[in-house]
Amino acid sequence: MRREIPLIITTVTGLVFAISYFIPHMPFGNSENIFGEWISIVQAFAIWLGVLNLVKVSIDKILSKKGDAYYSYIVIISLGIMLIVGFWDGLSGLYADPPYPVIDDSTSFYWIFKNIYTPLTSTMFAMLAFFVASASYRAFRARNFQATLLLIAGFFVMGGRVPLFDLMISGITDVPVFSHFADWIMTYPNTAGQRAIMIGIALGIMSSSLRIILGIERSHIGGKS
Amino acid sequence: MKNSLADRSSGGIICAALITIFFFSGPLHSQEDLVSLSVKKIAPPSSLLATDHKYDNGNSISLSWVPSIDDALMNNPIVAYKLYRSSNDTEPNLIAELPPGSSYFLDNGVSTDNSYSYSVSASTNAYEVLSNRTESITPQSEWINYNKKYLFLMVMIISGAIMYFIVSAKRGKELFVRKIAGLEAIDEAVGRATEMGRPIMYIPGIQDMDDVQTIASLTILGRITRTIAEYDSKIFMPVARSLVMTAARETIKASYQAASRPDSYSDDMVNYITDEQFGYVAHVNGLMVREKPATVFLLGAFFAESLILAETGNSIGAIQIAGTARPAQLPFFIAACDFTLIGEELFAASAYLSGEPMQLGSLKGQDVGKAIAMFFVLLGVLAATVSAAWDIELFNNLLDNLNELFS
Repeated sequence: MRREIPLIITTVTGLVFAISYFIPHMPFGNSENIFGEWISIVQAFAIWLGVLNLVKVSIDKILSKKGDAYYSYIVIISLGIMLIVGFWDGLSGLYADPPYPVIDDSTSFYWIFKNIYTPLTSTMFAMLAFFVASASYRAFRARNFQATLLLIAGFFVMGGRVPLFDLMISGITDVPVFSHFADWIMTYPNTAGQRAIMIGIALGIMSSSLRIILGIERSHIGGKS
Repeated sequence: MKNSLADRSSGGIICAALITIFFFSGPLHSQEDLVSLSVKKIAPPSSLLATDHKYDNGNSISLSWVPSIDDALMNNPIVAYKLYRSSNDTEPNLIAELPPGSSYFLDNGVSTDNSYSYSVSASTNAYEVLSNRTESITPQSEWINYNKKYLFLMVMIISGAIMYFIVSAKRGKELFVRKIAGLEAIDEAVGRATEMGRPIMYIPGIQDMDDVQTIASLTILGRITRTIAEYDSKIFMPVARSLVMTAARETIKASYQAASRPDSYSDDMVNYITDEQFGYVAHVNGLMVREKPATVFLLGAFFAESLILAETGNSIGAIQIAGTARPAQLPFFIAACDFTLIGEELFAASAYLSGEPMQLGSLKGQDVGKAIAMFFVLLGVLAATVSAAWDIELFNNLLDNLNELFS
C-alpha cells in the first residue's frame, strides 16, 4: 500500500488536471486553483520541516567541532535574529494605529533585508560576470567545426551588440552591418534552434507525464521491485 | 469709448438674462448638465456590448464598445475609460480604468450565481460622460472548450502513439533508441567517485515539486541512487525547497531498499538549505569547494545560478552531468559541464536508464510527435514563402488555416 496509494493519488490528480484543461465546467474548471491553494498550504507547513532540518544539521556540526563549524554558528545566530526581529516588528505593526506590515520601510526587519540581505545577494549575483568570462574562454576555443562556428557567431553577435564595430566601418558604409547581422542571427537561427528545443521539451513533458500518470514510471518511489 | 460702454451694458443684460433663465428654468438634473453649460462636452463611448465569454468556467464576461469620437483628437481630452459593473441591479462599482483608445475588456470577476450590467465612461481630468447601461447578463459555464479542439486532437494523436509503442514494447517488439552520451556516462561517473573515495553531489534545481523538471530530476535520482547504493558510494544533496527534501529522501530511501542496502541510507544525505536563490548558491559553492565531490549532477530547473554552480564544479575538477529544460541556461551547462542533457533528454533520462521496454516505448511515441511537428513546420515554411513571394490563393488559405490551427 505504501506504493499503491501515491500511485493512485498521482493518477487521479494527473487525469483531473488533464481533463480540466479541456473541460472548463465545474468541478474540473476550478481544479487548478484548488490544487494551487493546497500546494501553498502544504508548502507553508513543509517550510518548518526545512527549518528544523537546517537547525539540526547546524547544531550537529557545532557539536562535532569540525573546522567549518563557524558557518553553523552564523546560520543559527542569523536565523535567531531574523526570527526575533520579524516577530517583534510583525506584532508591533499589527497592534499599531494605523497597523503597518512587517516589510514597512520603518521596521528593523526591512532595514536588515535592505542593508544586509540585498547586498549579499547582489554580491553573489555579481560573481556571475567572472564565471561568464571563464566559461566563454573555454567555449570559444576553436577545437572543432562546431566550436569554430560558435566562435564566429559569438564574434558577430557580441560585435553587433556594441557600437564599436559599426563605428569602425562607418567610413566605408553608413549601414550598421554588424548590428543587423547580430539581429539576424538572434532572430532566425537562434529562435529556430530554441523553438526546436521547446517542441522537444513539450513532447518530453507529455511522454513523461503519461508514464507517471499510468504508473509505468515508478523510480521516484523505488521502482517496480 | 461709447461703443465699449454700450458693449459692456449689453453684455450685462445678456448675463442677467442668462442668470434669470438659470434660476427660473427649474433645477438641474446632474453635474453633467452643469458641465454642458460651461464647456463643450466630449462624446460618450457608444455601442457597449456585454457578452458571455465563450467556453469558460462562467467566470468572465467580454465587454466591447466604440470609443468616444473625441478620443482620436490631437489634443486628446480623454484620460481614461472607466468601467462600472452592477451586480444584481445594485449600485455600480468601478472595476477597471483603461487607457485612451481602449475598446475591449474581459471581466474575470464574475460568477454564474449573479447577473451583471455594465456601463463605460470616457473620463477627462474634469468630468466623465457615461454610456448607456447594458442589459443584465448572467455568465454561463460550458462543458467543453472548443477553442482547444485542435490541441485536443494533437494530444490524442501523440498520446495514442505513445500508448501504441508502450503496448508494442510490452508485446516484445524490439525498439531502437539512440544513445545519449550524458546518460551513458552515469555509471562511469559514479564508478569514478567510488574509486576516488569521494562523494557524489546531486543538485535537483531550485524549483519546488510543482515543477515538472524537479519531478523528472527525482525520477533520475531514483535510478542514479540505486547505482550509488550498489557501488556503496556516498551521495549528498543540498536542496532549496523543503518539499523536495522530503520527496528526495523518500526516493533515495526506496532506491537503497531496492538495492538491498537499507542500512546504508541516512536522512542526512538530503539537506534543506534555503529557498533564497543566491543564499542557496553560496552554500552549495562552499560545500563543493570544501567537500570536493568527484561527480556533480545538476539536473532540474535552473536560472541565473546555473553557471555559478557549474563553473565552481568545473574548478574543483569534478565530472559534471547537467540537464535542464530551460533553453536560456543550456549554453552555460554546455560550456561548463562534461555532459549536458538538452531539453527532452532530461525527461527521457529515467526511461532510458531503466532499459524497460515499456518505458522505451514511450520514447518512441515521442518521435511520432516530432514527425508531426516537422511536417507542420515544413508545411508552414512552404505556405508562408509561396504566399509572400507569389500570392497564390491556395497557399494563402493554407497559411490562414495553419494560423488558425496553432493560434
